[in-house]
Amino acid sequence: MTESVHRLRAESATLAYDKRVISRELSLDIPDGSFTVIVGPNACGKSTLLRALSRLLTPSAGRIVLDGRDIADYRSKEAARLVGLLPQSSIAPDGITVADLVARGRYPHQGLIRQWSTEDAAAVESALDATETADLRSRQVSELSGGQRQRVWAAMALAQETPILLLDEPTTFLDIAHQVDLLDLFADLNRAGTTIVAVLHDLNHAARYASHLVAMKDGRIVAQGEPAEIVTAELVEEVFGLACVVIDDPVTGTPLVVPRRRDVTSR
Amino acid sequence: MLVPRRGVIVTASLIVAVLLLGIIALGLGDYPLSIPDVISSIVSNQGFATTVVVEWRAPRVVAAIVFGAALGTSGALFQTLTRNPLGSPDIIGFSTGAYTGAIVSLTVLGGGFVSQSIGALAGGLLTALAVYLLAWRGGVQGFRLIVVGIAVTAMLAAVNSFLLLKAKTEVAMAAYLWGAGSLSLVDWPQVLASVVPLAVLGAAALLIVRPLRQIEFGDDSARAHGVAVERTRLAVVVIGVGLIAVVTAICGPIAFIALSAPQIAARLSRGAGLPIGASAAVGALLLLASDMIAQHLIPGAVPVGIVTVVVGGVYLIALLIREARRL
Repeated sequence: MTESVHRLRAESATLAYDKRVISRELSLDIPDGSFTVIVGPNACGKSTLLRALSRLLTPSAGRIVLDGRDIADYRSKEAARLVGLLPQSSIAPDGITVADLVARGRYPHQGLIRQWSTEDAAAVESALDATETADLRSRQVSELSGGQRQRVWAAMALAQETPILLLDEPTTFLDIAHQVDLLDLFADLNRAGTTIVAVLHDLNHAARYASHLVAMKDGRIVAQGEPAEIVTAELVEEVFGLACVVIDDPVTGTPLVVPRRRDVTSR
Repeated sequence: MLVPRRGVIVTASLIVAVLLLGIIALGLGDYPLSIPDVISSIVSNQGFATTVVVEWRAPRVVAAIVFGAALGTSGALFQTLTRNPLGSPDIIGFSTGAYTGAIVSLTVLGGGFVSQSIGALAGGLLTALAVYLLAWRGGVQGFRLIVVGIAVTAMLAAVNSFLLLKAKTEVAMAAYLWGAGSLSLVDWPQVLASVVPLAVLGAAALLIVRPLRQIEFGDDSARAHGVAVERTRLAVVVIGVGLIAVVTAICGPIAFIALSAPQIAARLSRGAGLPIGASAAVGALLLLASDMIAQHLIPGAVPVGIVTVVVGGVYLIALLIREARRL
């Protein structure tokens, strides 16, 4: 692991919904400039961790630190200018157009006096360009296909122009081509300097796109590091309870997890 | 913000229509005046025509416009908050609670405009507060607000019937008339007294609309954009209830304007979400037109609340048929 600055950290954070504790004293540093991917089985607490990092959930103990300050102490718009989120599900109001929806991503940059500026317009344009949705700008969001719609939501998050962007299962419900398209888009964004933290279901996508991989189980972090270093058959067995072989991805050379058939492993 | 052209044109046209209809309304009555006569009587500020137009008719017309706008705005806020076209300040029990308060003040305090208004305000606000608190579970969701509101409204309606049955006939009649909602007794002091709080609440509505629009994308998305979601919701409820409270205190519950105005405005301006400005304009137009029908078209004149219920009922059935066809 290289020494790096961590703008966003969880410091022995206990994460709970009401009384139900998901994670106890969880600590995680998000390396600056990384494409961090959190993986783990269902209900392992990965989405909860992401919610905490994005201020949607306040730790019942410990804290989330952004630039040395407890994120709870930030004014909400101030934090929203630093950390963006693409939530798992959002609702498009009836009749809204793509351009209008993406423009709403500028909310944290606007105030009572400063409402719509050339900066906002430029941010929306570049978000539309980056997500290749510029042609759709005057279309209604409700008319779009699932893949197009997810790109538009991504554009809204991009328009927020935050140095850190959190993604909660951004590729769920997309076909394989759209999944790769979208992840490529985030990889480009990451190369351009944005720190990305994503929760992904697909281990192979995680291994391919992550520069920093975090594996969680039962609310704890089991392993973290570069995918090539940590993705082993043993880890997958431990975290997912899945017997597999790990080979090199023929395209990228990153680890590729190939599950064994259950009837074969049992023998 | 990117203001859609169509929305601006629609709102401006609606305002012009409201003003035109207002001038026509000022000329209607036992002493009919043409449009030029109405305008000259306002400008000249002397003579009998001026007395008729400015002193007698204007308070009612201005009240219809201002109160209609307040109801339309209130409805747009509530329907956006609950994401439901059936959402209106009525759903959180305000009107029914106000009616309860008015009946209680009539039976206990013996009536009079001030005590009746105070009773209505207290009843409405207490009910709204109770519904809000009962719907609260670590935050308020629109749907829960509607369900709790319906339950409380039903209970209060039973209480109201009980109170009316037990009350003396004159009291029951007075309460019933108040409950129909009428603009016929509105005078200048009342209109002027209501304009200041309504203007403040209207300005607050315009301010709250930006964070409220972010909540339309879902709570998570709104929080990620830096919106204080629960505080915004509470502010919307307070502003929406405040708008309808002022109107109800003066002229009783006027149903359906808050319900129908935002939906009509949205269909006219075809933008994203419910337009506040256009909803206010449609509300003004609806209430003014309803009051003109109530006052001049129906023999013997009826309270405007009865006309708005009929208009609103037709509208509601049309809306339900349309929604049903879509399924």
